[in-house]
Amino acid sequence: MKQYLKNTFDGIFTVLVGMKVTFKHLFTPAVTIQYPDVKVKLPDRVRNRLYVNMDDCIGCDQCSRACPVSCIEIETVKSIPGEDLGITSNGKKKALWVTKFNIDIAKCCYCQLCVFPCPTECIYMTDVYEFAEYERSNFLYKFATLTDEEAAQKKINYEKLQAEKAAAAAKPKPETPAQTENKPE
Amino acid sequence: MYQFLYDLIGNEILAGLLVAVVPLTIILVFALFGIWLERKVSAHMQDRLGPMRTGWHGWLQTVADLMKMLQKEDIIATDADKTLYNIAPVLVFTGSFAAYAVIPFSSKLLGSEVEIGLFYVLAISSLVVAGILMAGWSANNKYSLLGAMRAAAQIISYEIPTALIVLSMVMLTGTLSLDKISQMQTSSFWNWNIFGGAIFGLSKFLLIPFMIVGALIIFTSTLAEVNRVPFDIPEAESELVAGYFTEYCGMKWGMFMLAEYGNMFAVSAIIAILFFGGYQSPIGYLGNSIGAQWLVPFEQGFWFIAKGLTLVFVQMWLRWTLPRLRVDQLMTVCWKYLIPFAFINLIIIGIISLI
Amino acid sequence: MALKTETMVLNMGPQHPSTHGVLRLELDIEGELILGVKPHIGYLHRCFEKHAEAMTYPQVIPYTDRLDYLAAMGNNFGYVTTVEKLLGIQIPERVEYIRVIMAELQRIASHLVAIATNGADIGALTPFLYLFRDREYILSLFEMTCGARMLYNYMWIGGLSHDIHPDFVRKTKEFIIHFRPTIVELNNLLTFNKIFIERTANIGILPVDTAINFGASGPVLRGSGLPFDVRKEDPYSIYNRFDFEIPTGKGLVGTVGDCWDRYYVRVLEMEQSLRIIEQAIDKIPEGDVHSAIPKRIKPPKGTVYSRVENPRGELGYFIISDGNLNPFRVKVRAPSFVNLELMGELCKGHLVADVIAILGSLDIVLGEIDR
Repeated sequence: MKQYLKNTFDGIFTVLVGMKVTFKHLFTPAVTIQYPDVKVKLPDRVRNRLYVNMDDCIGCDQCSRACPVSCIEIETVKSIPGEDLGITSNGKKKALWVTKFNIDIAKCCYCQLCVFPCPTECIYMTDVYEFAEYERSNFLYKFATLTDEEAAQKKINYEKLQAEKAAAAAKPKPETPAQTENKPE
Repeated sequence: MYQFLYDLIGNEILAGLLVAVVPLTIILVFALFGIWLERKVSAHMQDRLGPMRTGWHGWLQTVADLMKMLQKEDIIATDADKTLYNIAPVLVFTGSFAAYAVIPFSSKLLGSEVEIGLFYVLAISSLVVAGILMAGWSANNKYSLLGAMRAAAQIISYEIPTALIVLSMVMLTGTLSLDKISQMQTSSFWNWNIFGGAIFGLSKFLLIPFMIVGALIIFTSTLAEVNRVPFDIPEAESELVAGYFTEYCGMKWGMFMLAEYGNMFAVSAIIAILFFGGYQSPIGYLGNSIGAQWLVPFEQGFWFIAKGLTLVFVQMWLRWTLPRLRVDQLMTVCWKYLIPFAFINLIIIGIISLI
Repeated sequence: MALKTETMVLNMGPQHPSTHGVLRLELDIEGELILGVKPHIGYLHRCFEKHAEAMTYPQVIPYTDRLDYLAAMGNNFGYVTTVEKLLGIQIPERVEYIRVIMAELQRIASHLVAIATNGADIGALTPFLYLFRDREYILSLFEMTCGARMLYNYMWIGGLSHDIHPDFVRKTKEFIIHFRPTIVELNNLLTFNKIFIERTANIGILPVDTAINFGASGPVLRGSGLPFDVRKEDPYSIYNRFDFEIPTGKGLVGTVGDCWDRYYVRVLEMEQSLRIIEQAIDKIPEGDVHSAIPKRIKPPKGTVYSRVENPRGELGYFIISDGNLNPFRVKVRAPSFVNLELMGELCKGHLVADVIAILGSLDIVLGEIDR
């Protein structure tokens, strides 16, 4: 009998306590942020869409090797001596033409492992998060700045140089030193 | 109301139709408003905002939902029993709508002046059980069947405490007509039934605690009749997907929802009439004090709707605070707790009213 | 002539509002009484262990995040302590302290989800919103530090990816002050509510020896009364320097080892995590978090097994290395996988509505179970 009355009393009392908590919350201000009218300011270390600054890229392939899902594809062509590709922002001289630099942003898992190995800090994560597309093929971002004809031209130049080197090595030339100035670096 | 319209128009049928249309509009407008209110109340209790973009603070959201539901394709499962499947929402809606015929919104606005209003309300809301069973069975779905069985057991069991408390109020006031009960609690809030009714003497003060107990019991049992939390096991979202209306889509589901909100207001109205003075104002009438007699029915309508809405708000408040009860615990609460308390209440009120 | 009866098979399919992920439960019921439960898993299998064989050791870390996605710091922690054990390197003190703080914050965040979904399954929809509002604080602390809210890739082999933000200590202290009243509010609203107690007390009682025989761990085991916690039994990192208790189930309302006890153990553990964070946050020494990270990670040949205390139980990593840049085999001992086995045992004799309560109290994550 005692348990019966205790149950009744407990039931009513805890319900009233719970109702008091909810009633208090009726008057606290809401925490909703009405996106898209109001947008939250993101912190500075945030990891959203990738961006590559091609002026600084030296084509070292470190980011592509670090990526766990293989979403970066890079192809480079060695430059012929005498061409000036420019200097990166931290003073390195560029020696490779980057003919293809594709990032499939649909595959990217936003782990940031590609940002750390880059020697010139040209690949980094921005704070852009609204990049939805209607076509899936638009998710393949192409960062390379050479057009197809220019890329083909660079390749032809390099192959011509290799052919000349092979022809020169076939002819016996005992007094010329090793052709080290044509080695890329 | 009927008399007034008949005098105005002169045609019996037309007057009768108009009288029937008024509660229909009230129930539809209330359902629209009630769903919006529920979404906003639940949102602010949970520290969020609710609908904000359709109209000012989202008041047109229900209209948008209604338009969406109207244009949905009506899919019926192949093995479903088509006749029962189509009749079920109609029955449920009728059961809750028909109760509005005898609820007095003010001293002049009453659908039908029958002498046995309370008895009629209790009887007609039992149509809902038939509708729910039909809905669960005809959908040919295990989840729906489970939900319908539970709902039927729940509603039938909880009619008993409701009837017992109604019986004790009938004993006290001596009439079954809702209009007369409202008229008896006149002039100020001290005459409301929850404070002992419009009688003088010792029995009034003796009655007060038992009236409060009675109001709590009938509030709980009508909460179970309308399938609201903590008694919403028939439509338990996380357990049976949607219970007995899993298989309904489009406007038929809309009718179930309308019926639920209509029922909520109907039972709140009944409790307001029985215990809280019906359409009487707690502080006197403005129309009377400034001499404009025609203002009084409007004020009464306002007070009635305010009381109904407050009780509906308390129902929503409970929904967002409490977890739900399991089926056998529901039955335990009804048969082992509510019915004994209601019986003892009945006997004591009977004894006191003899004084 | 006897009536031939059959039990009904009810399928709580892969898509269901309250199985925590894609889990299929086949229930054998008679009326409302359960006779047997068969879980079917595999809907979220993503070949983690095979992928790990193709990646280098640092590249596996983003994959470990995605195992138990609600407690990603714990998964990272387990993996990097295992590889560091294999390599045998010493890590700076600063790294150790920050790792402990992050793991404990993650424990609070994960328990908030567990409690919130447990309540939401039972029908109390409001605590879900309140607890997720508090989880936002923790997630913004994580976002401030490493840039991501859920899948961090923060703990690296030998160190961390970023040092903590200058505002981190101040904001964590603000969070601690803000969070204590929330636990009080939660107790008022849900824990001691009579209806919640009716739904969870004396349901799914797990005796201690059954729990040990099945290999349960975490709050499931502690709810049955056994004070077993990897942080005290087999201390890793610097947990032996902190003073904290291990809450166990005592059967306050109902029997020892029921659903309510498992739930209450989680609530108490959040308070203990706050204690550890308070002790650690003021003592972070100076140092460089990148100094001990090796250039190329090529562990010697060998095998190693190491375990950590994840919010859901004991998470173990078994790594076989054959001297290359890629591991030869990575095996994960997921706590939810082992705890899910208890479903068949616990549900016997209960009603359909109790299956949901029991599943919520076991707190499983399908990402871990299916890997």
